[in-house]
Parts: sequence; structure tokens; C-alpha cells
Amino acid sequence: MPGAPKVQQIPMHGIRAERIEKRLGGNDVLRGMDIDVRPGEILSILGSSGSGKSTLLRCLNLLTIPDRGDIWIHGEKLAIRAASQHGGPAAILDQRQVRKARASVGMVFQSFNLWPHKTALENVTEGPVLIKGLRRNAAADLGHHYLAKVGLSGKADSYPHHLSGGQQQRVAIARALAMEPRVLLFDEPTSALDPELVGEVLRVMAALAGEGRTMVIVTHEMAFAREVSTRAAFMHRGLIEEESPPRQFFFSPVSSRLRGFLASHR
Amino acid sequence: MDGFAVQFVSGLKTTVLLALVSGVLGMALGLLAAAGRLSRWRAVSLLVGFYTTIIRGVPELIIILLIYFGGTVAISAFFGRYVEVNAFLAGVVSLTVVFGAYAAEIFRGAVLSIPAGQIEAARSLGLHPWQTWLLVILPQMLRIALPALANQSISLVKETSLISIVGLTDIMRVAAIGAGSLRAPLTFYLAASALYLALTSLALLIFNRLERHFAVPGR
Repeated sequence: MPGAPKVQQIPMHGIRAERIEKRLGGNDVLRGMDIDVRPGEILSILGSSGSGKSTLLRCLNLLTIPDRGDIWIHGEKLAIRAASQHGGPAAILDQRQVRKARASVGMVFQSFNLWPHKTALENVTEGPVLIKGLRRNAAADLGHHYLAKVGLSGKADSYPHHLSGGQQQRVAIARALAMEPRVLLFDEPTSALDPELVGEVLRVMAALAGEGRTMVIVTHEMAFAREVSTRAAFMHRGLIEEESPPRQFFFSPVSSRLRGFLASHR
Repeated sequence: MDGFAVQFVSGLKTTVLLALVSGVLGMALGLLAAAGRLSRWRAVSLLVGFYTTIIRGVPELIIILLIYFGGTVAISAFFGRYVEVNAFLAGVVSLTVVFGAYAAEIFRGAVLSIPAGQIEAARSLGLHPWQTWLLVILPQMLRIALPALANQSISLVKETSLISIVGLTDIMRVAAIGAGSLRAPLTFYLAASALYLALTSLALLIFNRLERHFAVPGR
């Protein structure tokens, strides 16, 4: 029954979102959906474009403020004012709390969003310096560590425009990792890449998944989702239509919509 | 002409000082106004839009006269006796107000041309809005705005000559006095032209340096 109070306990780790609604440009993009991100799980979110996947992901770190619904990050409920019936927009009530939450939830964007006037290393170190107060030296060590982790040791001093799309996306992953977040959100991380560059990014992500990190991945890469996720969810028109472990999700889906979606993405 | 060399030097100093002070203040005013124009607060944005539209739509000469005579009236009323506004001060105020209006629109356009994703990336790390401003927006905004600011600065140098109308002894006024008293207008106005040309060339040179300094490799 939608809207019924939950009896489960709010988890101390991970993310929970309940009854999330969001209206954008006259469309109900999210229609009261619930989602749990549990520690250590790799959750893939699939669905056709316009199903609300990216909006959901953006709601989880409040880059988009949901009109209604509650979000807990690591057990702490975020203070949000719901949108009013008369069209008043939803608002963040406690900016400091949201900044703290965002620092613990890394995000990787479809279009990388590196800062073009900063080197790869600076892109990675600015967050730890500005938010965690790391000294430049310590931050540089940290930055080199994470650039090496994504296979870009030699590119620390390169500017984004001298890097390929795949390399830029890996720098963006290193930037997110350098904040040592407890959850990583990936918003279609390979959709903007040339096909031959997709593999290098997926390999880095698979390696991160192997470390037991908590990850939420919005993707169209079926094979990757099947092999790497511990759980997969299918979104349709702003709701989760089906979610299950990958074996069941990909090989014996229940919903006919999911069956159709999988058939069209083979 | 000999006696006027000294006067030209002192006029040059005045012109340079006036351009520098109003340029720096105008830049600051422009930044502030651009921030206001981009503000979420509609009233602030409208008010600033009003300012930039009016100032850009009225001749500089009229603005200078309005500020000079308006300032005199206002300050006299305040002190209860006739006080004439200092010409240099009136010049600084009017040129700052004018430069600020143009700079505001230049900065606004520059900020809008920065992809929103870069700002979102900063927010997603947990950066405070002013940290985002300093890290992402300001350095790129300056780079994008520099060519237009260079143009505006050249205009500013030339517009300082208008302040001579309220009695400021700048290059222009020295030339006008010399032209009248020695009956050699061509000589004096050519000399003044050479001085202004030197100043604007210097300004261009400085802006070229700045553009190279702020250039992003690979772009």
C-alpha cells in the first residue's frame, strides 16, 4: 500500500529514500518511489530514457530537491521542506547538513564535469583541500594515489582538454574517490564516451566494486550490470517496476515490461 | 609649447589616476552587480537590470553632468551651504558607475557560459557556494570576460577626457587650454591624441598579458 508508514528501522549506513516525488517540466518524473542502498551493495538502475533514473540519482545527494518524500543518508534524515500545493518549490532547510551528506556521497556524471582550468591532479585534490582541510602536500599524495588507482599516474599535470573522454571520466572517478565517500553514485558514466573508450571506465568501476564499495549505477551497459551488480532495479515511469538479484533480474524477469526492455537491449 | 610639457605631464598623471581608480572600482561594482543580476532574489535582479539598462542607455557626458551638478546640490543641501563637488571625485563616481554597468553585463554573460555541470560537480563534493564561486566560476569568468573587458577599458581611458568638461585638469583640458592660448589647436590636439593612444596601447598590452596568463592549455 503506497504511503503506508514503514516499520523497518532506518539503516545507520547507506541511503534510504521514501515516497520520493518529483515533477519537472510538467511531468511527474518520480511518483512516490522508495529505494534502499545498503552498505556494500552494487545497485544497478536500468530503464528506458525518461523513466526517472537520473533524477532519482540526483535526488539522493540533493542536486535535485524532491518535491516530497524523505531521504536518510547514513541514518540521518535530511531536512527538506516539501513543495507547496501552490507551486512553491521544495527547499533544503539545513545547507550545512546537506553539504556534509554530499561530501560522504561521491557522484560521477555522464559528462565528466571536470574543471577545465585545473590539472587532473588539482581536480582531484581541491575537494579534500577545501572540505577536509588537507594540506597541499598531503592532498597531492592522496591525489596521486587515486589517479594511480584509475590508471592515470602519468597524467597528473595534464589539463582535461588534453585527455580523452575515457581518461577524463577516470579523473572524475578519482575526484569522487579522493573524498573517501561511503557511497558512490554513477550517472550513466559511459554514455558520453566513444565505444572504444567505454571498456577502460567499466574496468575501473569493476575494480572498485571488487573492493566492496557501496555503489549505485545508472547505466545502459547490460553486460556490466549483470556481472558486477549485487542487485538490479528496473524503473518505469517514476517507479521501480522490479528489483532483484542480477541472476533473477536478467534471466527470469517477472514483469513483462522488464522482459521487453531486456529483449530490446540484447 | 615648452611650458605646456610640464602641464601635460601633470594632466597625464590625472588621467591615468582617474582611469585606474574608476577601472578598479568599476570592476568591483560590475562583479557585485553581476552577482545581483544572477541572484535568485527577483527584486535584486530586477533592480540591477534597471541600473545597467539605464546607465548604458544614457550618454556618458550627461551622466557626468548629472552626477557633478546633482552631487553639488545634494552635498550643499546636506551641509546647508554651497559646496562644489571636486571634479576628480565626480569623475571617479560617474566613470565607475558607467564602467560597472558594462562590466556587469560582461561578467553576467561570462558566468552564464560556464557549463552548469561544473558547478554541480563542485556542489556534489560538498563545497559551499562561495567555495564553488572561487574555485569554478571566478577564474573561468575572468578568462572569458577578458577580451570584452579590454575593449571596455580602452573606452574608459578615452571617456576620462569627458571629465574635463567639469573642470578637471587632465590631458584633454591641458590640450584645450594650450590650443586656445597659443592658437595652435592642431599641435595640441595631436599631442593629446598621442598621449591617449599611448595609454590605450599600454592597456591593450596589459590585457594581452592577462589573457595569456589565464589561458587554459588545450583550448
